[in-house]
Amino acid sequence: MKSTKSNRPTGKSRRVKPLTLEGLLDSPSELAADASAGSVSIVLMTRIRLARNLAATPFPGWARDEQREEAYQACCAALTAIPLMKRGLSVSVAELTELEKQILVERHLISRELSEAKRGAGVVISADQALSVMVNEEDHLRIQVLRGGFQLKKAWSAINELDSALEDHLNYAFSETRGYLTACPTNLGTGMRASAMMHLPALVITGQMEKVVRAVNQLGMVVRGLFGEGSEASGSIFQISNQTTLGESESGILKRLGSVLETIVEHESNARQRLLEAQASNLFDKIGRAYGILHNSHLLNSAEAMNLLSLIRLGVDLGHFPEAERARVDRLFMETQPGHLQHTQKGEIEPMQRDLLRASLLRTEFANVSAPDFSRA
Amino acid sequence: MAPPLKCDLCDNPATVHLTQIVNNKVHKVDLCEHCAKAKGVTDPSGFSLSELLLGAAAGNAVAAAAQPPPHTLRCEKCGYTELEFKKSGHLGCPDCYDTFEPLIEGMLDKMHKGTAHLGKAPQRAIERQRLHQRLTELNDALSEAIKTERYEDAARCRDEINQVKQTYGEEPAR
Repeated sequence: MKSTKSNRPTGKSRRVKPLTLEGLLDSPSELAADASAGSVSIVLMTRIRLARNLAATPFPGWARDEQREEAYQACCAALTAIPLMKRGLSVSVAELTELEKQILVERHLISRELSEAKRGAGVVISADQALSVMVNEEDHLRIQVLRGGFQLKKAWSAINELDSALEDHLNYAFSETRGYLTACPTNLGTGMRASAMMHLPALVITGQMEKVVRAVNQLGMVVRGLFGEGSEASGSIFQISNQTTLGESESGILKRLGSVLETIVEHESNARQRLLEAQASNLFDKIGRAYGILHNSHLLNSAEAMNLLSLIRLGVDLGHFPEAERARVDRLFMETQPGHLQHTQKGEIEPMQRDLLRASLLRTEFANVSAPDFSRA
Repeated sequence: MAPPLKCDLCDNPATVHLTQIVNNKVHKVDLCEHCAKAKGVTDPSGFSLSELLLGAAAGNAVAAAAQPPPHTLRCEKCGYTELEFKKSGHLGCPDCYDTFEPLIEGMLDKMHKGTAHLGKAPQRAIERQRLHQRLTELNDALSEAIKTERYEDAARCRDEINQVKQTYGEEPAR
């Protein structure tokens, strides 16, 4: 096999040192680190999660405090015993500050639901931040793998390995007819939700997103915003995932999702081409203005910043900015989120102050980005 | 501009707007801040829109949950009731899937591509199920042997039961 994640030079220094919460918060996110690795112009990130539960134990939502605590201890003990999770970070929700929780949500390492959990809930994160396991969210275990770019196969092989290793230590709730038993019947069977984070600015600009969402829904897939259920699709970033989990094997689901994703990539590419052919000035104007605002503005809220960065990213894809700037944009997508921004100030700050700080950060960053060259298309 | 929405429970302007999908049906509720707080909407763990939508019926429903009538299902293992299942759409424990099977079967058909699992299977869980099934068979055989006074067979059954229980991680039968 060619390079795997653990062989990446960026992962090396982190592999020797055990992951601490401070270390995690101060290091760049997995999404930004990995996105620079390959050609990821449209699919930013691939993610797979598996829902698993312990046999003969009430699900977290119905368990009594002591039962939940017991399940938490059992799951954490199993997780920390697994070589894959060695030198990782295990932390309970109760130990985290509001700001730390927010950062982990922004990094997609925990869900909003987990961040609101009370007793006996937490997360175990691998040293390279690629694997994270939430304990006592809706299910006893929500195992997750994150990969930069379009990597369904690699993501599945990583999560399958972790799941099988965990199974040696834990008695999973499983029925031969119904598969993995989950708190909500919508996750029953494989317990698998695979998704891709896609950057689809041309489909948004050309007003085709609604059509795409409808078509994708008909194919049994779901479209959501960047932070999952109910979140806004700012920055033209969408999460596309499978809806059904039972009656089909994991490989069947991944194959179907993969072909839907490929079709969307094709549609986005076509929409970009059409924009360039029919409305080039319009498009260049948008990208040029985005650059101007990022270069000069003094107040930027999170959604506006995302939308501007999205246009710069599109500019990179179209060759108006150097390729290397894509990694900067992806890093800034994360660093301009409210939690990350406040972390740089070592404390919570008001939204207005955040908008000032965000604009200042972006001005500094874009001072190093040369103006778009629209002759290079 | 459209007039501001009024709270569904009082006449104050609604500032909290909720959408919940229950059994594939979209339910919408608009509430003022006061009513939203009073109904526990701000507490994500303890709120279900169906309670609000059911209105007065919800009060009866809560009373019914405390003492379920005999014809409603209740999980022997964890005490979860049919009513709770209908309210939250979630189950109480893995055994609930057996208890609420009659209710779940139809739901799964609408929810998923099929109703039978075709994916990965954990080897340990399958082994455990196999042993559990063997144990049930042996216990039946043991009772039958005792009933028909076949004591040698009964002794053999008991030995095998102990063996299975040891593999299964349970205390042997005395």
